Amino acid sequence: MNRNVVGAHYGLMDWLAQRITGIVMAVFTLIVFAAMLGGAMSSREAWQAFMANGLIRFLSFLFILSLCYHAWVGVRDIWMDYVKPASVRVILHVLTLLALVGYAGWAVQIIWRL
Amino acid sequence: MAEMKKPRPKHLALHEIRLPVAGYASILHRVSGAGLFLMLPLLIWLFQISLDSTQQGSALFAAVTGNILVKLVLLGLLWAFLHHFCMGIRILLIDIHVGVEKQQAHASAVAVLAVSLTLTLIFGLKLLGAY
Repeated sequence: MNRNVVGAHYGLMDWLAQRITGIVMAVFTLIVFAAMLGGAMSSREAWQAFMANGLIRFLSFLFILSLCYHAWVGVRDIWMDYVKPASVRVILHVLTLLALVGYAGWAVQIIWRL
Repeated sequence: MAEMKKPRPKHLALHEIRLPVAGYASILHRVSGAGLFLMLPLLIWLFQISLDSTQQGSALFAAVTGNILVKLVLLGLLWAFLHHFCMGIRILLIDIHVGVEKQQAHASAVAVLAVSLTLTLIFGLKLLGAY
């Protein structure tokens, strides 16, 4: 079997992960939207109090992880569709992954130092 | 075998490709996702300064979000997020076999484009300070 080292993983996992992370983000988006209608963005103080709430911090943590995993699957699919040489592709995959892991750490420390 | 002699429609030039509405909605899902990914550093940074409770943070956030170029970028990202969100829901519905028929799939693609653009207009006017 001719399998590419930077090919798809020939399984259901990424497909499923993309759905689950998408649902997590959609639900959190609706929660933030509802909070916005409730005045959570009426002032900086209200916004900061909202984001410092324990439950919201828990959910925004899940949102950040979901976003980074979702972006990894999506951006990797773009590279797989348009970049043919395995050497270039693997570099792009690694750069994408490193960027997303860094973003996750950055975003998480923003919510956790509140 | 007569069909084989017909010149195959090789529309590989992007400007010659004609897609059904669902095709445009689909490629825009990819474009919007890529745009959101590329602008993630800006979005995380804005998130950071929006939560900075110091005077400096407050002033910086006001200055950055008051910039018209930043507003236009955010307007684009707003559309990207809303399109990606609406299209994502369409994909989830099709996954559970809702709206798979050709006519329904066409209608839902039109709805995705219309709803995301309408919401972009509503939130965008707020972003630009129209109300």
